[in-house]
Amino acid sequence: MDRRTVLKGLAGAGGLALSGLSAPAIAQGASARTLRFVPQANLANFDPIWGTQYVVRNAAALVWDTLYGVDSSLQPQRQMVESEEVTDDGTTWTFKLRPGLKFHDGEPVLSKDVVASLNRWAARDPMGLMLKANQQELTAVDDRTFKWVLKQPFPKMLYALGKNNSPCAFIMPERIAQADPFKQIGDYVGSGPMKFAKGEWVPGAKAVFEKFADYVPRQEKSSWLAGGKQMLIDRVEWIVMPDPATAAAALQNGEIDWWENPIADLVPVLKKNKNISVDIGDPLGNVGSFRMNFLYPPFNDVRARRAVLMAMSQEDYMRALVGDDNSLWKPLPGFFTPDTPLYTEAGGEVLKGKRDLDAAKKLLAESGYSGQPVTCLVAQDQPITKAFGDVTADLLKKLGMNVDFVATDWGTVGSRRAQKTPPGQGGWNMFHTWHAGSDCINPAPYTAIRANGDKAWFGWPNSPGTEKEVTSWFEAKNLDEEKAAVARLNKVALEDVVYAPTGFFLSYTAWRKNVSGITKGPLPFFWGVSKSA
Amino acid sequence: MLSYILRRIASTLPVMAIVALFVFSLLYIAPGDPAVVIAGDQASPEDVERIRQSLGLDRPFLIQFGSWVWRILHGDLGTSIFTNLPVSTMIGQRLGPTLSLMMVTLLLTIVVAVPLGVLAAWKAGSLIDRAIMAFAVFGFSLPVFVVGYVLAYVFALEFEWLPVQGYTPLAQGFWPWLQNLILPAIALGCVYIALIARITRATMLEVLQQDYIRTARAKGLGQGGILFVHALKNAAVPIVTVIGIGIALLIGGAVVTESVFAIPGLGRLTIDAILRRDYPVIQGIVLLFSFVYVLVNLMIDVTYTLVDPRIRY
Repeated sequence: MDRRTVLKGLAGAGGLALSGLSAPAIAQGASARTLRFVPQANLANFDPIWGTQYVVRNAAALVWDTLYGVDSSLQPQRQMVESEEVTDDGTTWTFKLRPGLKFHDGEPVLSKDVVASLNRWAARDPMGLMLKANQQELTAVDDRTFKWVLKQPFPKMLYALGKNNSPCAFIMPERIAQADPFKQIGDYVGSGPMKFAKGEWVPGAKAVFEKFADYVPRQEKSSWLAGGKQMLIDRVEWIVMPDPATAAAALQNGEIDWWENPIADLVPVLKKNKNISVDIGDPLGNVGSFRMNFLYPPFNDVRARRAVLMAMSQEDYMRALVGDDNSLWKPLPGFFTPDTPLYTEAGGEVLKGKRDLDAAKKLLAESGYSGQPVTCLVAQDQPITKAFGDVTADLLKKLGMNVDFVATDWGTVGSRRAQKTPPGQGGWNMFHTWHAGSDCINPAPYTAIRANGDKAWFGWPNSPGTEKEVTSWFEAKNLDEEKAAVARLNKVALEDVVYAPTGFFLSYTAWRKNVSGITKGPLPFFWGVSKSA
Repeated sequence: MLSYILRRIASTLPVMAIVALFVFSLLYIAPGDPAVVIAGDQASPEDVERIRQSLGLDRPFLIQFGSWVWRILHGDLGTSIFTNLPVSTMIGQRLGPTLSLMMVTLLLTIVVAVPLGVLAAWKAGSLIDRAIMAFAVFGFSLPVFVVGYVLAYVFALEFEWLPVQGYTPLAQGFWPWLQNLILPAIALGCVYIALIARITRATMLEVLQQDYIRTARAKGLGQGGILFVHALKNAAVPIVTVIGIGIALLIGGAVVTESVFAIPGLGRLTIDAILRRDYPVIQGIVLLFSFVYVLVNLMIDVTYTLVDPRIRY
């Protein structure tokens, strides 16, 4: 064989490959029954108990149903459950499942599936862990009835089973739910309104959900995770787009139908397009924060923490993040989500009004701060923490602090913030983050507000007063008692500066005008959404 | 020739082993923890530790490295920490889009850059030559993502001729496949076209000064025959070398291009894996890229024998 033969052969093979593989294009009629959605992040795994990222929860809500679901008034409503009874002493709960519930593999949903699912969930969820510690037994009575016997009353039982905070109490078949909660499942059979098309899943690029024909929705109107989850589309395609400019262009071009989280910079462009609707996505928004390390100077002294609080301007933080759009932020003189039943400003005076830099400097000096470096972790790959970090660095410098600004990525912050070593030896003094507003509506899912020292979230705040009021809230028997407990909690947590709230901010969602039924909520709800050609 | 190819393939093994050790060590000492990402923001340190244990990340370096090498020797690239899918499956899912992008870019580059370079050499010193070289400087200086955004804005948003993003497999038709690749290939190819055009021009200029070219002209051969049959063939070796080296540029550029045009290729998989600290996927991809690079160099060496019969191994 000579070189000319080889060259001819290669050319021929290339032509053959191109001509032989063509196939008909997809029928166009299917497009109106398919919703193309760009989620906030990549769906990198699909086990909502093992991986608790919001994007996993959002996708899981399509595939797995819950016993109860929180509605838009933040109240748990029956979902898979038909009825429940609780004994007068509040310790024995008996639940009955709705008839006709089926998993995607055709098997009926039975009590044994629920028991296994709740056991797996309870090993990972903060409220589940409380229930587990309080549990005498959790058993299946018959195919549709199960019983949860507790040592002490747990008034927040229905909320725990229906809350939308991750991990949600999703119900899986027993064979799947028996998996170790710290190991990932590989079988994605649920009983929710959509089936997961595992064969079409390209992690980092695409996830597909198909309508489950045997799903029996409730008759009530849908409201967030509660009510009738009526699917008006046959197929939902989640298309991951890491570049916001590309997602904006694709939405304008009609290549996608709904973009969950457009960045604020691109919203003006989208608003100008007559084919696109833009609105606030999640009315519960987010609470910005930075946390100070209680273990080491200078923030082991409450006066240093208070000095920072006295000097900080939430407006500076919020403007750095959302610019001039005033509809996207609110000051937050406290820790709880605005416009929710437990919202309070009790004790929030320290965050209101003109900032008193001189008084803050004086208080800082009283704390004994003498110029040691303050290690401030700032993830540069997250626009939120990047903006917060820049403002904080400026704030600390104005206070006369010696800032060791560690510009890094979110993955590194995630691991370094867990270090309890001194700041100069791999530890830290402060880091920035934010919390979904749905996690800050009450103390149950609010890990960041807990202040039980070594067992608390990063920064390890120690505030017995805060912990006392968290307990008071769990024991509250009505809304008035809950409000009183949370007001006290807010006050003491601000006095001890469990963390520094940088403000409350919202974000937009955007969709093509031929899509209707999109509702505001803490996660994208696909039931009730329809699309015209 | 066959023994030469076999020797070269065998020589890739120590290279791959060094790459493997280097990549594994680098990832081991790099900051970041996949267990933290998996557990989510609300997880307790105990939960993170349990996940770390279940993934085997708490084991000593040598044990982790040994077990990884053992799997590699058995043809198993491991399982993604995040997706629970085999790394080979994930790479397989992403290989098609990246290969398609690279192939179309390479084709576009050769079709555009070589004639431009030949033309510039033929018209050396003229306005055409200066225009081509100005274009080359321009193409070389523009970042891929800037070209990508401009192309998407003009040809997708304004004229609506081509899609903004995505990838359609070749199995769904040639045109759907190609239309998703045209803009990314132009964006990615700009730097490459500029590079090859300059090299072609420089090499051709040298060849065009040779005696045999003067002889060909004296014999009355046409300009096309002189340029493309006599001169270009003799200038081909350095051009082929640069095309080969440029494949490394393509791999690097594909990371950005795939993000800008939302193409689900290996570049995006690499970025996602790095940001999440998905060690098995990073290791698998780096090994693959190094293997491809070694293989491309081998192919270049073999191609020399096709373009220049005097070269023998």
